[in-house]
Amino acid sequence: MKHTVAVQVANESGVLARIASLFSRRGFNIESLSVGQTEKEDVSRITLVVCGSQRVLEQLEKQLNKLIVVYKVSNITNDPAVSRSMAFIKVRADYSTRSEIIQIVDVFRGEIVDVANDSVMVEITGDEGKINAMEELLEPYGIIELVRTGKIAMTRGKK
Amino acid sequence: MTKRCTGAEIFVKSLSREGVETIFGYPGGTVLPIYDKLYDSDFEHILPHHEQGGIHAADGYARSTGKTGVVIATSGPGATNLVTGLATAYMDSVPLVAFTGQVPSHMLGTDAFQEADITGISMPITKHNYLVQKTENLARIIKKAFHIAGSGRPGPVLVDIPKDIMMQEVEFSYPDRVDLRGYKPNYRGHPLQIKKAAEKINQSRKPVLYAGGGVIISGASSELRQLAEKAQIPVTTTLTGLGAFDERSRLSLGMLGMHGSTEANMAISHADLIIAVGCRFDDRVTGKLDEFAQEAEIIHIDIDPAEVGKRVAIDIPIVGDVKGILTELNKKVTEKSGNGWGSQIQEWKDMDCRKCSEIGENGRLSPGPIIEEIDSLTEGEAFIVTEVGQHQMWAAQFFKYSHPRQFITSGGLGTMGYGFPASLGVQVGNKEAPVFLLAGDGSFQMNIQELATAAKNNLPVKMVIFNNQYLGMVRQWQEMFLDKRYSSTCLRRRADCPPRCSEPGEDCPEMIPEFIKVAEAYGIKAEKITEPEDVRPALERALAEPGPYLLDCLIEVEENVFPMVPPGGSLYEMILEEESE
Ligand SMILES: Cc1ncc(C[n+]2csc(CCOP(=O)(O)OP(=O)(O)O)c2C)c(N)n1
Ligand SMILES: [Mg+2]
Repeated sequence: MKHTVAVQVANESGVLARIASLFSRRGFNIESLSVGQTEKEDVSRITLVVCGSQRVLEQLEKQLNKLIVVYKVSNITNDPAVSRSMAFIKVRADYSTRSEIIQIVDVFRGEIVDVANDSVMVEITGDEGKINAMEELLEPYGIIELVRTGKIAMTRGKK
Repeated sequence: MTKRCTGAEIFVKSLSREGVETIFGYPGGTVLPIYDKLYDSDFEHILPHHEQGGIHAADGYARSTGKTGVVIATSGPGATNLVTGLATAYMDSVPLVAFTGQVPSHMLGTDAFQEADITGISMPITKHNYLVQKTENLARIIKKAFHIAGSGRPGPVLVDIPKDIMMQEVEFSYPDRVDLRGYKPNYRGHPLQIKKAAEKINQSRKPVLYAGGGVIISGASSELRQLAEKAQIPVTTTLTGLGAFDERSRLSLGMLGMHGSTEANMAISHADLIIAVGCRFDDRVTGKLDEFAQEAEIIHIDIDPAEVGKRVAIDIPIVGDVKGILTELNKKVTEKSGNGWGSQIQEWKDMDCRKCSEIGENGRLSPGPIIEEIDSLTEGEAFIVTEVGQHQMWAAQFFKYSHPRQFITSGGLGTMGYGFPASLGVQVGNKEAPVFLLAGDGSFQMNIQELATAAKNNLPVKMVIFNNQYLGMVRQWQEMFLDKRYSSTCLRRRADCPPRCSEPGEDCPEMIPEFIKVAEAYGIKAEKITEPEDVRPALERALAEPGPYLLDCLIEVEENVFPMVPPGGSLYEMILEEESE
């Protein structure tokens, strides 16, 4: 099962190394990870997507909590939350297919961010399902390159 | 009032403020500024002869006194020589602060002379570590390091200090306390959980207390004894828990696990309730996990939440300091005069399977009686420090431990080479106490250079070598599980021996080295013992000697440790004795 975990950590050097070292040593399987600043200068936030049983997840949370640089660990998998990731997809597009591709991108509220003779670059933001669907639809045209960010998430409401 | 000080001065002042009395350290280029200040300071500074020796000594000092051990090493090779010691201390939750010199800040990352990324290397084997980036931060970091090392579940902390940081001057003030946002150990057990636990204990018919090193660290031995006596619960301890409960008590089951006693392993296997205190269900303790304590519900009390439920599912977890929790628990358990399974336990006890003949099959000494002799001569009041191997298990089995911190051994990491330097640290921290090192002939050679430290500081450690001319514990596994193919375990083996040989015999080459000559080279008195009747007088001579003393005991070469739970086996499947051929 997949879990989304939000981790507040100290914004200082070496933090990511500590967390990466913990994951590899204890054999946790991380699907995606994204780090960035928060509203507080000294705090960064990591959003993790992890695969594993409830028991594995419990260990992961406890082990993360043991790190001195970790301030707070919240499993937000079952909380009402908004989550997004983003992707760039470079897809083959010639004269005859370009407008079809633009239509698809429009439907998904994506954006064409670069056009070349024989390709276009698409930017898309959304939850995982949306990005997967987009990828699937563009596949037949020929995907040249694809890059995806990790997921970021935030619970809804005051919490 | 604040005063301008160099980083090196801040270092010395901060250590004084932490109440440090003793430092184990080895100098080098990047710690020169610190050593220059130490030259005028009042600390007792012990110079080991290898940084590994230094950190194990600091570890032995810490385990035996309960204080935080301090070790200093230079950058690069000095720092990497600490690695085994950090991992050893981390596994057994020993409070240590290790200071390493580092190349100057502006040279970091350039592969400068004697640069090693010790914070990167030590990340998974320390509780935390710091690379000091500004002299202004040094005092605060030292304060934090001692706080982290010694509180909660203790452990080693490393502080890496670039040389320029030691030389720069800033204003010095030492914080009285530190508040770490990401580190708030929880000491108080949840009252509701404690209440539930008490109810379970009161209802149980076949309870067992399983106590680990956490009881010793928490200083909870008397609370443990109270609980055991009030509710009449038999107690087994782990290897690192030995001494947490008086083994001379009727309620003691001795050690459990791979080389545990029959009564301990059988009691765990048949219990209806296990109260696990300050322990972590190590694989050497549980044997085959699926079959561990199958009939029991489990209460687990520990300060580290990550240990609760890590290997075994727990019915009643209580996270917090063992001492406080046991105190509360003791108020709630009802007094009993006996329990339903005393007679069953006595039956298991009567089976006593530790092998203990006066003399081995081939006329050499048997190890058990030597240890029992030490026990009787010191009236059970000595510190016993061990290396790792068969002799370690015999030390655990044959001495009756009665005090916490009395038995010092590398449990979690099983570090050969730990014991000898650790015994020196124990002696440094306990100047008047009798300290015995029980060492294997293999392990002793892993830090044998520390004979110089023992001699020069006149540390009166009594070194007893269990000379079986083998890496005995590994040889035992080869004998029992690998068709007796003694691959690389014979310590007498020379280049011209036959390529394969598993039969020690009359014509085998002499053992190298001759330990008593090595000792003599360091000016240390030594004797070789071959006859059982010489054991006691030799031990008496050793004890009468005001300095260090080495006894080279020629023990049976192919003696095995029993009982033994075969690797991967269940606790109740112990092998009790040698298969007769
Ligand atoms: C540093 C290290 N290397 C290897 C081992 C594996 N090992 C465990 S026990 C043992 C044999 C120890 O031999 P010795 O010190 O002579 O003790 P004995 O078992 O003979 O009593 C070995 C090699 C270890 N525990 N530590
Ligand atoms: Mg040996």
